[in-house]
Amino acid sequence: MQALLASLLVVAAGGGLLWQATDGGQALTAESARRLAVQRAPQPVSPFALETMSGASATIPDARGKVALVEFIYTTCPTLCQSAGADMFRLGNRVREAGLADRVTLMSVSFDPEFDTVERMKSYGERHDADGALWTIARPRPDVLPQILSDFGVIAIPDRMGGYTHNVAVHVVTADGRLAAIHDTGDFEGIIAAARQALR
Amino acid sequence: MKRRLRPGLAAIIMFACILGNRALEADPVLHVLVQLPMLGLCGALLAPRREWRWAQGGFAPLLAALFGIAFWMLPRSIDGAVSFPVMTLAKFLSVPLIGALLVIGWRQAHALLRGFLKAQAISMAGFMAFLFTHSPVRLCNNYLIDDQWRLGHGFLFLAIGLAMAWTIPLLTNARPRPSPRTRAKPITPVQSGVSA
Repeated sequence: MQALLASLLVVAAGGGLLWQATDGGQALTAESARRLAVQRAPQPVSPFALETMSGASATIPDARGKVALVEFIYTTCPTLCQSAGADMFRLGNRVREAGLADRVTLMSVSFDPEFDTVERMKSYGERHDADGALWTIARPRPDVLPQILSDFGVIAIPDRMGGYTHNVAVHVVTADGRLAAIHDTGDFEGIIAAARQALR
Repeated sequence: MKRRLRPGLAAIIMFACILGNRALEADPVLHVLVQLPMLGLCGALLAPRREWRWAQGGFAPLLAALFGIAFWMLPRSIDGAVSFPVMTLAKFLSVPLIGALLVIGWRQAHALLRGFLKAQAISMAGFMAFLFTHSPVRLCNNYLIDDQWRLGHGFLFLAIGLAMAWTIPLLTNARPRPSPRTRAKPITPVQSGVSA
């Protein structure tokens, strides 16, 4: 009898633990967990300054009150960032079609700011037709980078071939500095909808 | 092994796991298939040799261990152990406990339950092998896709190893049914019981 009660107790507690640990069976990976967490409750990110590919300064959150669509890259990335760059170009077009071009800004932020000089960012931008107005490439100061990556939940690890592997996504940041949504770079509908939501 | 040596051995293993944590966590194969089992072994070595009434039949401790193992099989938990100190701490506390619960439960478990759990362990290792070798996306933000693939193969070898370790003794121990000629001889209860 004691053994049966103990077993039932264990099943209840264990089930509860797994339920908690997976957000009710919805998030089995850290990546889906971070997306689900901001979707449920937008999370504040510490504001930071950036130097853009044209040498100008910018900030996240956007000082002009625009919603920022932020992705993290490094310019010498041979694979994922290049396709993500193509996605950002298409996303820019979608933003224009949706009539949001004056209320939204697209930002590709380098997580390798020591290597990604203004020249390298510029050449990356030219390669992907970043216009520098709606969409620009930018880098933070190296000393604030860890804080930024931690706020956004971005993890970049050396790929043993001189580059990095990192989780790629578009992060929707409201003008008052909250991370409101995270979507795959190709999920244009989702990103536009999140941007509209963030503009409300 | 002499029982009095066990705490010392457990302490050495625990120390090695803590000191080598950074290096072990850097590689998912070492993290999941070496460090976690070693931590479990720590707890197994320290498991008290007692029979509690709540643990009768081994069900409650084994179930608790299974839930713990399920938790640490989530890619999210493994990722968390690398990213967050509180999850690292949880790993060092909970995995030895899981090992101890496994031993406590195993001692009291019926042979059928043991066999069931062995079959489960093999199939679960096989499932993990399939998952990690076939997932098109990275399941852990802290590990490369190549590492994930290597971990999958580690699980495959584990599944094969467990299957062999648990079935080969059955093949060699299996005693043939007594032939009509020898039937007249007395058979000890142990012999007749095992082959059933």
